[in-house]
Amino acid sequence: MRTWFVTLAAAGLSLAVSAGAKAQTVEIEYWQYFFKERVAAIDVLIKTFEAANPGIKVKHTHFPYAQYQTKVAAAVPAGEGPDVVQLYYGWLEEYRKAKLLAPLPKDQFDVAQVEKEFFPIVKAMKADGAYWGLPTAVRSMALFYNKKLMAEAGLDPSKPPKTLDELMAQGGKIAKRDAGGNTLVAGYTMGPQGQDHHWWREILVRQFGGQAYSEDGTKVMYDRKGGVEGLQFYADIANKHKLTSYGFMDETQAAFRAGRAGFHIDGSFRIGTFQAVQNLDWAVTELPSHSGVKSNFASYWVNGVSSKASGPKRDAAMKFLKHLTSDAAMQLWLKTTGELPAKPGVALSDVNKSDPVYGPFILGLAYSHTTEFVNEAKQRQIFLDMMDRVSLQKMPVGEAIKIAAQEEQKLLDDHFKK
Amino acid sequence: MLGWYRSRTVGQKQAVWAWIFLALPLFFFVSIRLFPTGYTTYVSLTDWNLLRPKAFVGLDNYVRLWNDPVFWQVFANTFKYLLIGMPISLGLSFMVAYYLDQVRFLQGTIRALYFIPFLTTAAAMAWVWRWFYQPVPIGIFNLILVDLGFSQQPFLRSTSQALGSILAPAIWAGLGFQIVVFLAGLRAIPDTYYEAARIDGVGRWTILREITLPLLRPTILFLVVVSSIGFLRIFDKVYNMTVDGKGGPLNMTRPLVLNIYQLAFTDYRMGYAAAQTMVLFVVLLAVTVIQLRALRSK
Repeated sequence: MRTWFVTLAAAGLSLAVSAGAKAQTVEIEYWQYFFKERVAAIDVLIKTFEAANPGIKVKHTHFPYAQYQTKVAAAVPAGEGPDVVQLYYGWLEEYRKAKLLAPLPKDQFDVAQVEKEFFPIVKAMKADGAYWGLPTAVRSMALFYNKKLMAEAGLDPSKPPKTLDELMAQGGKIAKRDAGGNTLVAGYTMGPQGQDHHWWREILVRQFGGQAYSEDGTKVMYDRKGGVEGLQFYADIANKHKLTSYGFMDETQAAFRAGRAGFHIDGSFRIGTFQAVQNLDWAVTELPSHSGVKSNFASYWVNGVSSKASGPKRDAAMKFLKHLTSDAAMQLWLKTTGELPAKPGVALSDVNKSDPVYGPFILGLAYSHTTEFVNEAKQRQIFLDMMDRVSLQKMPVGEAIKIAAQEEQKLLDDHFKK
Repeated sequence: MLGWYRSRTVGQKQAVWAWIFLALPLFFFVSIRLFPTGYTTYVSLTDWNLLRPKAFVGLDNYVRLWNDPVFWQVFANTFKYLLIGMPISLGLSFMVAYYLDQVRFLQGTIRALYFIPFLTTAAAMAWVWRWFYQPVPIGIFNLILVDLGFSQQPFLRSTSQALGSILAPAIWAGLGFQIVVFLAGLRAIPDTYYEAARIDGVGRWTILREITLPLLRPTILFLVVVSSIGFLRIFDKVYNMTVDGKGGPLNMTRPLVLNIYQLAFTDYRMGYAAAQTMVLFVVLLAVTVIQLRALRSK
């Protein structure tokens, strides 16, 4: 009985001692959504970080994408969850306003230096004279093309379209229809599920001489010059040029993946999807230009530090953030996930630029824009509804754009009123 | 405590034990039913996006709802699902059950075949139907139409056909359950009534109208209530069969439940979503009370 007691006491003592020793290591928690390659990349980065900083442990937690936003939105305000968290750039403003993020300290993240080192698109993360989050990687768009379909249509697969006119001409040769006029092979993919709303917003609108929003992002401007012509061009791909029918094969990427589409515009995150398909002979090139204007859309996920992290935890979190946005991390991220480095110094190396797969995306970054979304899902839906009005209800483009602009302006007004 | 218990009468002791056994379900009911209902009522009076604290806004959400064309659109859609779906599914399942009751050969097999869709995961089934509805060269319905020389139909990509296209698999999937319940109801009617009717030389139609249907009243009542609530709460099929689960095109297929889900978990407008949940609650309550009243046997 007595020995029993002694053992127990000893066990308790040793527990207390080990707890005391633990207090010297700081544990911070990192959250992101589950995507196999991203998880693998972070695991490697955590290992190198822990090796360089023996006093800090990083706990890596990830959730399925579908639940990610809800989990973050529920946990962070409750003071639970992550110290360092990955957020879509479009969400950052809401989190900052709700005081859930800590500004990046200027002695570690000098504003001028950040602006010198990173692509200018990260400016959206700056408020009140400080940065509130920084990306490891960015994404841009490019034109995927099916080399086999090009060759079958008598086109030279080494000469993909460089302009919108060439895209229409080459796509027209690839498109196939049956006797009833139903699309069998699309020249270009069009449908509600894809990246085309970005293509219109930041690329087509500019190429036709306008811009989608005012400089400060508070006013919708696509209902004027550029917007209407851009959407007319987009609608004409199906209606006038007959390259496809809107919504062909449900998902645009599915049509391309199935080898039933000649040209397809998508983000760099789609590279892996197409690489996984056997017997799909594809390549990728820069987005077509129009009247001499080149443009691209870039988006990114940022790493921010939650305001709940304080004292040594905050210092550790900032250190980890520094590590995640280092040049080495970016090059590793490119290799593991295929997402592009967020610093021109890393991204625009000769090796990267001349890479046949990543090259076109990286070149696109140099002239890319980001949209300062207030609610990306809603704003995307407004575009989809506009296209439904045009393609299903046969509404004239000008009229559909007016309705969309009104809806979106109301959304912006509601957001900026607060 | 023990002394107090011993000094009770037998009746009081029974009451104590009754309350002890009732405590658990009662606690369960209060914590997962009543409390959330009350909390939702409170949230519906606030403006809350999860990130910032709730701001009390009184009846603002209800005023907004009254003036929101999308709300009225989804409200109408919800009743379209109910008023088209419920009679068709009950009519079909009664017909199948009525004739199935009269065959003996392979009855079990046929019944099982009707029941299988009910067991299938709704999401998987909805996706299969989504592909059925695709244009040629993928969608089987359109392939058949084109082969027979008709022009192809847009189905889900149409503002007029989409709701019906989603309703079809919903009805099909629920059929098996209703058939089984109808069959049980039909079996419960004593044969002697039918024998008596046949001896009197009554026709089949009269037997159906005067004996079968009146005696099936409790079964019909049960199925009407259950399937009404089912159609009023339709969600999974719409979510899986429309682009991004948004109930498109142009909100033509979006039911109230999906609207609430979208408001709460993609727009994070919790207060507004809660207000619409209250409306759904009142609608479900009203529909159920009306049906119970109307079908109650006199």
